[in-house]
Amino acid sequence: MRKVVRGFYSVAHSVKLCRPNVICAYPITPQTEIVENLAAMYANGELGDCEYITAESEFGAASMLVGASAAGARVFTATCSQGLILMSEVLFNAAGMRLPIVLVNTNRALSAPLSIWNDHQDSIAIRDAGIMQLYVENNQEAHDAIPQAYKVAENRKVLLPFMVCMDGYKLTHAYEPIDLLDQETVDSFLPPYEPAAYMTTKKPLAFGCYAPPHIYMEFRVAMQQAMERAKNVMLDVFKEWAEVSGRDWGGHIAVDFPDSKILVVAMGSVVGLLRKVVEELRNEGLSVGLVKIRTFRPFPVEELREALKDAEKVIVLDRSVSFGYEGPVSIELKSAIYGHSSAEIYSYAVGLGGRDMPKDFLEKLIRDVAEGRERPGFAFKGHQEFEEVIP
Amino acid sequence: MKFFGSGHGACPGCGLPIAVKTVLNALEGKVFAVNPTGCLEIISSQYGKNAWNVPYIHSVFENAAAVAAGIEAALRAMKRKDEGYVVVFAGDGATADIGIGTLSGAFDRNHDILYICLDNEAYQNTGHQQSGLTPPGESTTTTPVGKVLPGKIGKKKDMISIAVAHGIPYVASSSVGYVSDIRRKVKKAVKFEGAKYIQIHSPCVTGWGIDGSMSIKVARLAVETGLYPLVEYEYGKLTSVRKIKDRKPVEEYLKLQRRFRHLFTHEKGREMIEVLQRFADENAERYELDLKKDEK
Repeated sequence: MRKVVRGFYSVAHSVKLCRPNVICAYPITPQTEIVENLAAMYANGELGDCEYITAESEFGAASMLVGASAAGARVFTATCSQGLILMSEVLFNAAGMRLPIVLVNTNRALSAPLSIWNDHQDSIAIRDAGIMQLYVENNQEAHDAIPQAYKVAENRKVLLPFMVCMDGYKLTHAYEPIDLLDQETVDSFLPPYEPAAYMTTKKPLAFGCYAPPHIYMEFRVAMQQAMERAKNVMLDVFKEWAEVSGRDWGGHIAVDFPDSKILVVAMGSVVGLLRKVVEELRNEGLSVGLVKIRTFRPFPVEELREALKDAEKVIVLDRSVSFGYEGPVSIELKSAIYGHSSAEIYSYAVGLGGRDMPKDFLEKLIRDVAEGRERPGFAFKGHQEFEEVIP
Repeated sequence: MKFFGSGHGACPGCGLPIAVKTVLNALEGKVFAVNPTGCLEIISSQYGKNAWNVPYIHSVFENAAAVAAGIEAALRAMKRKDEGYVVVFAGDGATADIGIGTLSGAFDRNHDILYICLDNEAYQNTGHQQSGLTPPGESTTTTPVGKVLPGKIGKKKDMISIAVAHGIPYVASSSVGYVSDIRRKVKKAVKFEGAKYIQIHSPCVTGWGIDGSMSIKVARLAVETGLYPLVEYEYGKLTSVRKIKDRKPVEEYLKLQRRFRHLFTHEKGREMIEVLQRFADENAERYELDLKKDEK
């Protein structure tokens, strides 16, 4: 059923159809209406055999999900920014315990200074946790991502948490026409969760044992192997989803105009605007294409090598910074294509803390690179010139 | 070994296995055990040497109450509540310091869990550092006795009152010195629907500086001096108190333990002993601990 809804609802509706057993969350802007929608569904008895719990903090919410998931429940939470960082100790732990928790991160900047607006610093900061990360471009992709996230996370070849990253405000608060899924479609795609191991008095097992040096490393190697297996599991699940829903969002990356001399690489909602910009610049005769990174973890190494092998110039738009170096997507992209491409890399940190990235800004940036007014390397773009006062 | 046993690495005389076995046996092993980081976790859950014969989980240091709440919610959602009780076994630091946020949340939501605080009065696993439940006058590695200071200054956090203030149905204190008291309180606690808190005084032979053979004697002296009153609250009302016949002076308890030894030589030691005696006297008054001559 096609309906105009906000991004929040597109997520909540999809979560409901996945039949979770336990939802725990703590409200934080701009995630709040996702959990408010779920709380309303719970209050109206629409969530079936599900407990909805308002936690005392994001830390508590993530911790409850660890207990619930270990007990064999399908679980969900949503958060962002300070909340995600507060959860992070537990999220690293959940990944190590191989719990297929699904969460939505409504990407928001980190304090200080305090900002409730969008960038990717929060989710990027926990890239090493062992959690899969998928960045969506619009609310239909967010809606569709939830059942796929469960199917990938719960696959016994994977068993790792899955985080769907959607831009705060830009997507969460936006009204878009969404083809809302129905229960039958989701049920046909996503079977009930059957945990490989869970806490039961019928067969006692221990979760979260401690591991001395003679055995710890093997668990971490196993996590890496699971991430590597997840790459193929994702491709299967994405393909199946395209057949079931009729909507194909691509693989680990999605490329428009692959044979272009200039390729712009980005993640998240800015991709939608970039697509329009690239189309217009192509109409002017510029050889420019677009690479949308969907899965940041596992990182699409081979896919990027293939996509960028013949490019002359690559523009990477990062929505976060690794202070003291540069944009994390750019860092990883360079590492991935090292020795496989001779393209010049133009790495830009843009749109931090909700700084607007209007169409003419993006157009100018691409033109400047195309016409040789920019040098390869890292720079911030879109900030005001200012003189830093050093006391 | 039935529910907890062979393979654990506790010191001889440690109170933790005594308490854990008593609780698990009282509940006939129908337990989902949640154990935050700490000495109990380290002595019982090494990979390949797991000493628990009940489903067990260790997540991090400060979230045991929330993990337990999550298990309870999952069992409720999946209609598996009859499988067993969700029981936390946490140390005093995990309970009163770093984990008090998630504990308060779980109490506030009144999850159907039994939270057991195994109170050995310091971070013992890491070598005897001060916690909120360390009593005043105790020398720990982070509140050491020095030329100026006589060990910890301040007081032992009153977790019993904090638990009662949350309005949960059952709160009690107990001691490894009185195993039958633990058994009785655990069996009673699980009859209540909602959050239950039992704080069990549990000697640590290395941290307290006692011989393993002295554990039970020292634990009993804590009760007999009035420093560790054994009480029970139901729905906020004090319903039972273990009376003391001929309450002993706190020195009898203190002098047996290395952690308090300096109090008998330090220039501020006498003052700290008086502080501790005053706490014992206040407990005696507050809970009417002293058995009167005409009482049995």
